[in-house]
Amino acid sequence: MRLSVIPLVTLILSAAPTAMAQDALRPYTIDGDAISTSLTGEDGDPARGREIVANRLVGLCVLCHSGPFPEAPLQGTLAPDLKGAGTRWSIGQLRLRMVDSSRVMPDTIMPAYYRIDHLVRVAPAFRGKPVLTAAQIEDVVAFLATLKE
Amino acid sequence: MRRAVLFAAMLAVIGSLARASDLPPDKQRSSYQDMAPATRAMQDADTDNPAMLWVLDGEALWQTKAGNAGRACADCHGDAKQSMRGTAARHPAFDEKLNAPVNLEGRINICRTEQQQTAPLPYESKELLALSAYVALQSRGLPIESRDPRLEPAISAGRAEFMRRQGQLNLGCVHCHDQRFGEKLAGSTIPQGHPNGYPIYRLEWQTLGSLQRRLRNCLTGMRADNYPLGSPELVALETYLMRRARGMTVESPAVRP
Ligand code: HEC
Ligand code: HEC
Repeated sequence: MRLSVIPLVTLILSAAPTAMAQDALRPYTIDGDAISTSLTGEDGDPARGREIVANRLVGLCVLCHSGPFPEAPLQGTLAPDLKGAGTRWSIGQLRLRMVDSSRVMPDTIMPAYYRIDHLVRVAPAFRGKPVLTAAQIEDVVAFLATLKE
Repeated sequence: MRRAVLFAAMLAVIGSLARASDLPPDKQRSSYQDMAPATRAMQDADTDNPAMLWVLDGEALWQTKAGNAGRACADCHGDAKQSMRGTAARHPAFDEKLNAPVNLEGRINICRTEQQQTAPLPYESKELLALSAYVALQSRGLPIESRDPRLEPAISAGRAEFMRRQGQLNLGCVHCHDQRFGEKLAGSTIPQGHPNGYPIYRLEWQTLGSLQRRLRNCLTGMRADNYPLGSPELVALETYLMRRARGMTVESPAVRP
């Protein structure tokens, strides 16, 4: 029997490179529905961002989303297709949606990728760490901005 | 008096609001219905269902004398086909002595320690899976029951656990299993998350596993701190899942992808 299903646990957990242990998150300012300045002060790299998004162990995006990155097989149907995200949203809007999408959609199931508070019963391996580092967020934002319709 | 009535009415409204997100019984759907034909066929034919190997072991253990008491399950319960009919359909069940619900594995272990006077079997051990598969098989085809009012506190606790967000990904069971069943999480179809097939032979595990093993898998996926096997929190979740699945047909031991 050929198994086409990649186990949930493997998908989400195994060898997931988590954010480096950082004592604190870098500060940022929210202007309206956006974070206008880079979390790292530098521009992200869209090629690295694409790798993060397409890698189900790192970005986790394809668990829920589909999008124009066919190298990631078995994409999810829980969230909008990411095609055109760079047309729908400005870079600052994309950055806020990555950092903490609940700021714009309070009931969303999309995890906050750069928030460590208001979480309960986090597994010890992930405690006090954001899902992605500031640099990874910038890479993903740079990639999403290239997804023009 | 009027205030009391008003207060009761308010509670009723809050209660019905809180229940609004529960899975309605007429929407219940077994994972079996979403499985590939080959996987269904495996579950349908006992000769193809790998879980039947554990059932055979369980049948032998049922007859084996054990412990200081030198008694077999069969010495007290006789023919499992009669005495264990319906047992799995109503577990977790309330245990008077513990004043708490116990699941099927817990019940088997109470018999081991108290009646056979021997050590409890570890969770996920070959023996415990074999005995629970053999006992659960005797409920196959029967509807799940959840009637004992003494289970209500555990059902409420399990329900609260099911509804709340937790873990680094900040998800609740409810988000996937009540609100998004049938959708794809990457390559997997999200099931409603029913307990009606356990213990299951899971193709991904390549072995038989308990409901608690499955629950721990989902908690791990949520990047939540896990509960130990046999913990009251997992038993409470099981008790809620049985209430949520009441009336559904027991498929144990089922096959799952
Ligand atoms: C657990 C599910 C989940 C995960 C994982 C997830 N998202 Fe989302 N995302 C959503 C949902 C659902 C929405 C839609 C907003 C809503 O209704 O809550 C959304 C919305 C978005 C949006 C805005 C919608 C649009 O127009 O495209 C972007 C951009 C986005 N996600 C990017 C990402 C990226 C990049 C990742 C991974 C690094 C990711 N998401 C991971 C569930 C998820
Ligand atoms: C992000 C989505 C998600 C969340 C959150 C989640 N699950 Fe699951 N669950 C799944 C998927 C997908 C499966 C199917 C197995 C697989 O492919 O990994 C599953 C399987 C199950 C099953 C087995 C159903 C069967 O027929 O054998 C049960 C029971 C279950 N989940 C209960 C829970 C409980 C209880 C929680 C919360 C503690 C939970 N799940 C949280 C996605 C989720």
